[in-house]
Amino acid sequence: MSALDIAINRKVYRTGGGENVALADLAFTVPQGQFLCIVGPSGCGKTTLLSIVAGLDRDYEGTVAPARPERIGFVFQTPRLMPWLTARDNVRLALDPPPREEGRAEALLREMNLGGQLDSYPGHLSGGQQRRVALARAFVNEPELLLLDEPFTSLDAPTAQRLRDSLVTLWQRERPTVLFVTHDLREALSLGDRILFLTAGPGRMVLDMPVDLPRPRSPDGSAVEAARKRLLDLYPDLLRGLDTKKDAEDAA
Amino acid sequence: MSLARFTVNDTSLRLISALLLLAIWQAASLSDSALLPGPATVLRAAIDDATEGYLLSDLGYTLARVAASFVLAMAAGSAIGMLMGRSRPVDGLFDLWLVLGLNVPALVIIILCYLWIGLNETAAIAAVALNKVAQTAVILREGARSVDPQLLQVADVLRLPWARRMRRAYLPQLYPYFMAATRTGLSLIWKIVLVVELIGRSNGVGFRLGLYFQFFDIANILAYSASFIAIVLAIEGLVIRPLERRLTRWRT
Repeated sequence: MSALDIAINRKVYRTGGGENVALADLAFTVPQGQFLCIVGPSGCGKTTLLSIVAGLDRDYEGTVAPARPERIGFVFQTPRLMPWLTARDNVRLALDPPPREEGRAEALLREMNLGGQLDSYPGHLSGGQQRRVALARAFVNEPELLLLDEPFTSLDAPTAQRLRDSLVTLWQRERPTVLFVTHDLREALSLGDRILFLTAGPGRMVLDMPVDLPRPRSPDGSAVEAARKRLLDLYPDLLRGLDTKKDAEDAA
Repeated sequence: MSLARFTVNDTSLRLISALLLLAIWQAASLSDSALLPGPATVLRAAIDDATEGYLLSDLGYTLARVAASFVLAMAAGSAIGMLMGRSRPVDGLFDLWLVLGLNVPALVIIILCYLWIGLNETAAIAAVALNKVAQTAVILREGARSVDPQLLQVADVLRLPWARRMRRAYLPQLYPYFMAATRTGLSLIWKIVLVVELIGRSNGVGFRLGLYFQFFDIANILAYSASFIAIVLAIEGLVIRPLERRLTRWRT
């Protein structure tokens, strides 16, 4: 896959009698292998954007190229594992044809410390473990494009951080293009090569910013904190509309 | 002292319950053994029917009819139910038909089938299946309505081919509904098969019961009934329960 070209003129949801413009005039290009974070308040159309890029939603004005990438990985806000499949089979589900012997699915799960839970059903796994399975599922078919929709919310801070570390390790090794949606600026600064900021209703881009902090980074590290301060000093209105109360709760 | 403190397991409780029923039967038969022959008399009649009479072949005919109409009704009913549960227009168009199907008396359908198709096996099986289709459709429609679109979206993202999508993401969500339809289906179908045999067939449990009714032969009526009930219980215990356990293993 080459670069990802996105040019969405308008995305409208028709509700009852009225129209709700979810996205407008959104155009950007993501070079192959870049880790792009998209930050915006809830209701800014982040999830809609991912659905369009994934080819799940084609009811929009504009173009996305490639229109329907061959191999994509998608990590949703909730793990969305099939409860009737074991951890191993959930990950294998993404492989075509489904393998009969041990292979990449098991290797990825072991790498995420789930070697002892290969044949456990999701109902027997903790929330953090389920998300690790979901992450393994997203990586197992060696995706060219990886889409993540606030994948680590509602996890305790250490678990979320371990998952971020796994994500960065896998990304550095396999170099898919990543679109990572979040409402947490610290998370975005600690993960991305570049951050797009969106406003709500309709979602428009307000800032496109490269992040050139050295890796590894930590969302609580001084480099991220300094970058965050600098950014908020430059653009005090940047995070207006972000659900800061929720951020505070997440931090607590 | 509460009942909960007894630690009787399930099997022995069932055994006690069966023995209790036999004891009541035995006691009741003492007052008028012509009107209600005791368990021993009925058992002897059953053995005679099996060795020298038609019990085994009659059971075979009836079971074959139950199986054929069950498969037909489940296939047609499931397909109709899934379609109606998925599509509002289809549901609106055929909802009235379902209500009609649920409420036309079994006897009417049986008589009409014999009149329209003829006094033959096709008519018999069609009549039984038709009596069950609406019920299956209603149960599976409920199931199709409750399908989680988020899991289907995962299947879309993974680009699962149609057959795998059905097997891994869609049908497992309907398993509880299939099991419910199977349970209610079996008990409904075998009762209707007996009526169909009584009215228009010259073999099978229903036909033989009609014969014994004319002879006022209560021992043989009970022998045939008990034999068939035993088979239905065996199907429940040896086929349906193990199947259900297998399909819902992930819940435990």
